[in-house]
Amino acid sequence: MKNIKYIIAGILFGIIMSKSEAVSWYRIQEMFRFQSFHMYGIIGTAVTLGVIMVALIKKFKLKDSTGTPITFAPKEKSLWKYLIGGTIFGLGWALTGACPGPMAVLLGQGFTVMAVVIASATFGTFFYGLVKDKLPN
Amino acid sequence: MNIIEIISQPWPWYVSGAMIALIMGILLYYGKSFGFSSNLRTLCAACGAGKKASFFDFDWKAQKWNLLFALGALIGGFLSEQFLKSPEPVALSAATVADLAALGIMQDGELVPTSLFNWEVLFSLKGFILFVVGGFAVGFGSRYAGGCTSGHAISGLSNLQLPSLIAVVGFFIGGLIMTHLLYPLIFQL
Repeated sequence: MKNIKYIIAGILFGIIMSKSEAVSWYRIQEMFRFQSFHMYGIIGTAVTLGVIMVALIKKFKLKDSTGTPITFAPKEKSLWKYLIGGTIFGLGWALTGACPGPMAVLLGQGFTVMAVVIASATFGTFFYGLVKDKLPN
Repeated sequence: MNIIEIISQPWPWYVSGAMIALIMGILLYYGKSFGFSSNLRTLCAACGAGKKASFFDFDWKAQKWNLLFALGALIGGFLSEQFLKSPEPVALSAATVADLAALGIMQDGELVPTSLFNWEVLFSLKGFILFVVGGFAVGFGSRYAGGCTSGHAISGLSNLQLPSLIAVVGFFIGGLIMTHLLYPLIFQL
């Protein structure tokens, strides 16, 4: 089964999210209160290494496992879409203490109430799909 | 100390950050891009939402890999809790412990407060706002902004994309408003 590699990558991600404590509601509160370097250190390290990785991929025109050159699709230009959408996301991130990845990880940890959060997030995305043409873009 | 005991300790931030970058690298090597919230759109499409809005009318089966990644994340959470759990509570700063105590939240040994993340709280006004309204905002906001923490803060910033920087600024505007202005009101409920 060729798709099992995605499940294995996901398992690794779930363990990383748990052991880094990035799934912790406490840690997210600590971050939004600027009371610890922990979360900033995690994101800062990931982005620093990520910038180097992406630059190397572009410089050496690296290919993926199928031999296709790795490309990065640019995001469309807009200000309000990202600022308003991001702010709404941030309100939700602080409320639940979890972004979409950690929601799944916490459900796996046994916090079954996260199933409701995931269902509500799915409905939020569905609602966006219904009204997207009426929103400032 | 054996390997399981070493992994079971809380990971320092630089190890955690490097491992997240590794995940992004693995997915790029597989020809995919790291972005978790796309799964919510895929879920809608898989449930037939394409009939209601063209936004969901796409070949969602091409995104099956990401759903499998999400399934893996769930399994990874289970494995961490069962086999790799740290015996120590999260090493929060004293200031955070004091702030949360003022909101009536005492720290326990879990990664999230069990006094909050349970079904009894869900059926209160406070729980409805935290979990139902909160979840909705995450799902709505991530799609409006075109990505979440993984897609914008990690993948997008790694590619030095201005839209991602704007989105991350938005994440913090929302998070700061919620934490500093609205939490004191919500936790009075």
